[in-house]
Amino acid sequence: MPAIASEIAALLDSGNSVTVSADTYQASHTGNTPSTIAGTATPATRSWKPWFPVIDYDRCTNCMQCLSFCLFDVYSVDDNSRIQVRNQENCKTNCPACSRVCPEVAIMFPKYSGSPINGEPVNASDLTREKMKVNVSSLLGGDIYSTLRNRSDQAKSRFSTERSADKALAERKRCLDKLQRDGFIPADVLAEIDLTNLPSPEEIQRRAAAALAKAQAALAANAAK
Amino acid sequence: MSHTLYCRCAYAQVIPELVKNARLEQLCASGEEFEAVPDLCEMAAARAPRLAELACKEDLRIIACHPRAVKGLFTQAGCPLPASAEILNMREDSSAS
Repeated sequence: MPAIASEIAALLDSGNSVTVSADTYQASHTGNTPSTIAGTATPATRSWKPWFPVIDYDRCTNCMQCLSFCLFDVYSVDDNSRIQVRNQENCKTNCPACSRVCPEVAIMFPKYSGSPINGEPVNASDLTREKMKVNVSSLLGGDIYSTLRNRSDQAKSRFSTERSADKALAERKRCLDKLQRDGFIPADVLAEIDLTNLPSPEEIQRRAAAALAKAQAALAANAAK
Repeated sequence: MSHTLYCRCAYAQVIPELVKNARLEQLCASGEEFEAVPDLCEMAAARAPRLAELACKEDLRIIACHPRAVKGLFTQAGCPLPASAEILNMREDSSAS
């Protein structure tokens, strides 16, 4: 690799931006390297987590499925009730579940390996796959919110007579295994989850209800336009 | 005059090192002026003001990854790319092989 290219690569790999100008080439000809030229390097922050969704607004129909689905408050709406990524730092690394839920294949994760989630063009077979995809509600057998309410009530009655932390943990693990088998959450993401510290059914229900309310308000605002 | 932006895609192994280096060498060998950044995704996530300046450039050429993703990153950062912007996809680049 030529000296100037390897110098630039080293600067980039250590988190600096580089502006290569005629002066840079001139300096390299005289034995200097780009890093010795004042003002060419700008230190970048390295605390950033390289995982967040990117919405393809050419495809997005503003259906709010992603907002309803995500329990981590990653999505919200702007002043025009259009879906947006609001809290990208809440996104769970390597989890593209919202992208798989999107009926329009409009959510990308540029650092993902597979197509079309990585931003490759969406083809006809991708769309066919989307049509076959179960939506969030049908995944849990109908109305997800009533299902969650029922599960919560059942959990309360069950635990009132047999409050066993081990059984609760086994139940959560079974549900997570199902999500993994269905391809919604990658195995390595599940592996990082602390099974002993998951949100309670009530907390999940609260978050889901809050997300649904936000989505319904945005849809109502859009319908009124 | 065209303005070239090269993304190093620092945070993930989605673009082979050989391809990234080959493109960088080509740029340096051409003697053209260009701007190189560690990671375009990071800039978009931070809504870096530089992205808006770049999006206003005439004849902008971006050497990065899938065009749909690059366009989405700029749009999400609040500065949509002009239709004239050219995006070269290193993820489908066989120049180093």
